[in-house]
Amino acid sequence: MSEATENKPTNAARTMSRRQFLADTARTACGVGLLGLGIGVYSDRAGALPANALRPPGAKPEEDFLAACTRCGLCVRDCPYDMLHLGKMGDDVPLGTPYFFAREAGCEMCEDIPCVPVCPTGALDHDLTNINDSRMGLAVVSDEETCIAFLGLRCEVCFNICPIRGEAITLDKKHNERTGKHSLFIPTVHSEACTGCGKCEEACILDEAAIRVLPNHLVQGKLQAHYRKGWEEKAKAGEALVTPDTEHRYNLPEGMRYEHAGEGLIMDDADASKSDAINILNRGFGD
Amino acid sequence: MKQTRREFIKNNAIAATAAAAGITIPGVTIAAEGDDGIRWDKAACRYCGTGCSVLMGVKDGKVVASQGDPDAPVNRGLNCIKGYFLPKILYGKDRLTQPLLRKTNGKYDKNGQFEAVSWDEAFKTMAEKWIEARKKGPKGIGMFGSGQWTVWEGYAAQKLLKAGFRSNSLEPNARHCMASAVGAFMRGFGIDEPMGCYDDLEHADAFVLWGANMAEMHPILWSRLTDTRLTKKGCEVHVMSTYTHRSFELSDNDIIFEPQTDLAIANYIANYIIQNKAYNQDFLDKNVNFTKTPTDIGYGLRPTDPREKAAKNAGKGKLSKISFEEYAKSVEPYTLEYTAKLSKVPAKNLERLAKVYADPNKKVSSYWTMGMNQHTRGVWVNGLVYNIHLLMGKISEPGNSPFSLTGQPSACGTAREVGTFTHRLPADLVVKKDAHCKFAEKTWKIPAGTIPRANGKTDDKDQTDISGKPMGKTLIHAVAMHRALNDGKMNTFWVMCNNNLQAAANFNDESYPGWRNPDNFITVSDPYPTVSAMGADLVLPTAMWIEKEGAYGNAERRTQFWREQVAAPGDAKSDLWQVMEFSKYVKTDDVWDAALLDANPDFKGKTLYEVLYANGQVDKFPAEQVTDDRGNKYDNHESSHFGFYAQKGLFEEYRLFNSAEGIPKKGHEMAEFGAYHKARGIRWPVVDGKETLWRFREGYDPHVAKGEGVKFYGKPDGKANIITAPYEPAAEPPDDEYPLWLCTGRVLEHWHSGSMTMRVPELRRAVPDALCYMHPKDAKKLRLRDGAKVKVVSRRGEIETRVDTRGRNKPPQGLVYVPWFDASRLINKVTLDQTDPLSKETDYKKCAVKVVKA
Repeated sequence: MSEATENKPTNAARTMSRRQFLADTARTACGVGLLGLGIGVYSDRAGALPANALRPPGAKPEEDFLAACTRCGLCVRDCPYDMLHLGKMGDDVPLGTPYFFAREAGCEMCEDIPCVPVCPTGALDHDLTNINDSRMGLAVVSDEETCIAFLGLRCEVCFNICPIRGEAITLDKKHNERTGKHSLFIPTVHSEACTGCGKCEEACILDEAAIRVLPNHLVQGKLQAHYRKGWEEKAKAGEALVTPDTEHRYNLPEGMRYEHAGEGLIMDDADASKSDAINILNRGFGD
Repeated sequence: MKQTRREFIKNNAIAATAAAAGITIPGVTIAAEGDDGIRWDKAACRYCGTGCSVLMGVKDGKVVASQGDPDAPVNRGLNCIKGYFLPKILYGKDRLTQPLLRKTNGKYDKNGQFEAVSWDEAFKTMAEKWIEARKKGPKGIGMFGSGQWTVWEGYAAQKLLKAGFRSNSLEPNARHCMASAVGAFMRGFGIDEPMGCYDDLEHADAFVLWGANMAEMHPILWSRLTDTRLTKKGCEVHVMSTYTHRSFELSDNDIIFEPQTDLAIANYIANYIIQNKAYNQDFLDKNVNFTKTPTDIGYGLRPTDPREKAAKNAGKGKLSKISFEEYAKSVEPYTLEYTAKLSKVPAKNLERLAKVYADPNKKVSSYWTMGMNQHTRGVWVNGLVYNIHLLMGKISEPGNSPFSLTGQPSACGTAREVGTFTHRLPADLVVKKDAHCKFAEKTWKIPAGTIPRANGKTDDKDQTDISGKPMGKTLIHAVAMHRALNDGKMNTFWVMCNNNLQAAANFNDESYPGWRNPDNFITVSDPYPTVSAMGADLVLPTAMWIEKEGAYGNAERRTQFWREQVAAPGDAKSDLWQVMEFSKYVKTDDVWDAALLDANPDFKGKTLYEVLYANGQVDKFPAEQVTDDRGNKYDNHESSHFGFYAQKGLFEEYRLFNSAEGIPKKGHEMAEFGAYHKARGIRWPVVDGKETLWRFREGYDPHVAKGEGVKFYGKPDGKANIITAPYEPAAEPPDDEYPLWLCTGRVLEHWHSGSMTMRVPELRRAVPDALCYMHPKDAKKLRLRDGAKVKVVSRRGEIETRVDTRGRNKPPQGLVYVPWFDASRLINKVTLDQTDPLSKETDYKKCAVKVVKA
């Protein structure tokens, strides 16, 4: 992940005012006109976006986006949070195209998505009216060794800052084997809800983020089409896909039950949990 | 006045934010992994009442590394995200390093600019003001300390005010935090602090949160509770609150109730238990008295407020005995239907909660913090929860525990055990009892009659003040202090180890005008330029946390010590140094009356320092080289300055109150000083070297004799009180003009007013601003989008912030939630200075506001 740091925009680009930025871009646009083909070749070469550069909400797939984007900069102008940039000469990002780095500042996910309707060509899809449907990228917990949640520390900053609360990132609670009496709260990303806004990467408290937001195609796996998750199919159907199992009956001693689909063997004695061998032994002679 | 105030806040709050936003941490060069030459030593975490232990790594005089202490029973090596960044709180760029006094043309001027002065000039100026103000009477001066003071700092301040200045005007910020819990412990059990301990977290079958967002505010305890829920069969979690918060992520039974109706819910549960005859008759017969408390007691507002005038029994709390039948009758109106309707909680959720308590086979632990303490009926509602546990006998044994959590690292250890409240003395003694004062005077080796009694009388005779007049009534609580400053009745105020100008309610009408009243001289001791420092006239740079030898006591009665790890920057000095050094600038003749001095001529012409600290007891232990068992050496700047081991001397004198023979109140015994430096905390009472996990039960508690079973020995007859109290409405419910409830509180990433955590860049980036959490439907009604700028407006003031409809807190319709860590958005301009009339604790959880587009 060392490229990620190297690819950070320079300080100069970050501190430049928007007006100056757009003026520069206009100048650059003239330059494009003058230099014509030469720059075209450069643009093509720079067409490979750095892995950690993300497009604004509603951006078409990269190839279509580059074809449609006129480099007008209107989306950048209308972002109320100033977190979008335009690719400049010398950047790895194709010239004049909008992008952002999550670590620097993520998308604030405005409800009215002001960057999209101003796009004159539909490079940013005007059909995107609910920001939660946008897919700028996908968050991935990239380093379980440094993410302090995996150590049992109570951080959860990524979970707390996620705008699709409780859906895009959930905390899976697990027993902490090491301490024996605490719980782990493991951040887990869900692609069906994650918009790739980048707030989690921005807020990650580590010196280098352990959660990264990357374009979906660099991140996402794909299950073979033939395989279905049985429990999901059953839930979808509302019943077993094949004949329900028969009623099972068991030979059991007094006070015992057996739940076929549930817990298995159940001891009805309310105090049973205290009378198993380990508990009896551990009780010692004190009682 | 209004204009000036607004300007002040605008300019200064923005300055605060800007200063903090630009922070760098020049001092910390974080050590590489495996770096040798680091000296490791233990300390208690600086933040909350959980009391995690941490190991701090020091190299070349700087803290360069830290880790959770793997051998600490509370946290076993873990930290929350605040604890993870502990080294950085010491090294904010804007640390105060020299005393600063407001001056014009070289002289003190209330309206002047801050200029650097020497400690000598600072204390001379201050002493002059304090001696002058003290002439007005014992309430002419005031000190506002902290549950973040180390044990001996609180103890030294206690002596300075009560024995030195002969004034009971000493309060801790714990008044805003724990006072209701204390009130209920004293009324119910006659002795302060929980009977259980954190081991209940592994032993309970059911957990009930009554007004605590443990998931964020007690993160490590929450991870223990969660683990039990995950790994123990049948374990369930019930969460009660006025809005949905992160603890609901684990909840099996969500209970969102209308503010203030927790009173009714608790009574419904008691009624359910009685109606179903589920109560433990044997336990009740042996261990419980039934009582009632006066009702219609007002809201602790100024006496001129119509709500106070209308109250029949404003401020009254004397208990009277009743029978079980009378008690049963008092809770009878709280039926399931009535309570469900009043609280707006579905009946099935209420019933499920009641059944858990009523089930004799389920061990239930109840937890609460500010939701129940910051409540105009805080003492009542604490008591109502004890009622439920007492009815069932589910108390004082593993897993059965009503447990009041604390928010500050030493709310228990310092504020409560040392008793830095206006009405208290160490170890649960009180200034309203002549005998307790006499015991304290004897222990402190000062003349009988020195400590002002609550009513100003000793042996039924008036105590004389320096003015020659009778002392009069001497108690004054935190909120009353701000009112007295505002009214010009209190003229000097020393705020130490807390940020009261940001923390106290009703900033615009009470705190700020009080602080800036031209008659008043305000001193603030702090490591950083907080909102309080900006409102002060004299700012004293303060050594923090591990820049001094310290001790904290956590919520489970665990006392933890640490050694001085690094020196404070510049001329910054510890609170202990400041209290003791300042006492050299005041003489008995300045503040004691002539009759007292004539009767005790040995005390004439003595400095308070000589009377209080160089008394042959506190200065008994010579300064020594502090070492650990590995031979590492540690500085102790207080020892080297005063020439004796001040911390040890103060602690050993303090032990005369809780551990000596013939003390008035047993049950607070502590181990000797040296024992704590060796242990990861010890839970009191410590008797014969053994610590106590569960109190009041035979076998667990050394004060309960064989055959006694359960004994609540804080009460003379060994019985606890069930105290009946009804539902009464809140002071300021929403109306047409202000249609929303406002609840304030905290977030996981920041601690209290943010003076430390907002200086950690990573934490600031994680949560930079206090937002206004709101239900999406309420936002829609007001045509507000998520993220829209809004004003939160009450009858007293307003703040500007952004709306959050999708964040961590999800209020129901009709309620908004705003955290108060953010110095640039002082939510206490909006809140009401209402208190529980019994505990005098502020209710920050309920006032009426409107939200408008900014």
